Amino acid sequence: MNVRVLFFAAHRERLGTAETVASLPAGATVADLIASLRDRGEAWATLPADPAVAVNQSYAPSGAVLRDGDEVAVIPPVAGG
Amino acid sequence: MIWTHVTRDPIDPAGVLARVGGPEDGAVLLFLGTVRNQNQGRPVSGMDYQGYEDMARSLLAAIAREASEKTGSERIAAVHRLGTLALGDVSVAIAASDPHRGAAFDAARYVIEEIKKRLPVWKREHYLEGEPEWLEGHQPTPETSP
Repeated sequence: MNVRVLFFAAHRERLGTAETVASLPAGATVADLIASLRDRGEAWATLPADPAVAVNQSYAPSGAVLRDGDEVAVIPPVAGG
Repeated sequence: MIWTHVTRDPIDPAGVLARVGGPEDGAVLLFLGTVRNQNQGRPVSGMDYQGYEDMARSLLAAIAREASEKTGSERIAAVHRLGTLALGDVSVAIAASDPHRGAAFDAARYVIEEIKKRLPVWKREHYLEGEPEWLEGHQPTPETSP
């Protein structure tokens, strides 16, 4: 299955991209996705091991199971207001 | 009446204030977050705000609804601005009203505190000297999601 992954702020700068598509086996979790992104190496390896993540615009735990077509955002520590 | 917005346009504080306040209200409150000229003594020249815009829109609405449920204030307006802001510009405006001041103060306070803890917005500070820096903030947790 494929999920769309969004990046922001310092992550977006370091990776040089605002988004990517990740291909994962059925039943993969948020934690699996992050590990697979870090495994791409180079700048991708600098992503945190356990970042905050939103799945379809709701914050989700690392054990959340992903589905084909999900929108996943890697969320650096927020600094709004 | 709950009204929230995420915009790239300059915020009109009087317009936000006008969205709250009714004949039964004895307290009408406006909070403005502004870009200040220093951060821990370091001179600041400006600020960029970046957001996960779709989620920020829906979560800001949810935060305002929570504020109403928790405090009883029924008239709350909140807007967050994104983009490049100059010193003194308003980055966020929150207005609340209620027959009594306690609920109005509590509602406005709740909204700004939750924005800082949960809203997917990030700021990059520009300095008079040195490179701009993304400011580290709060790590939101799944439990804080509605």
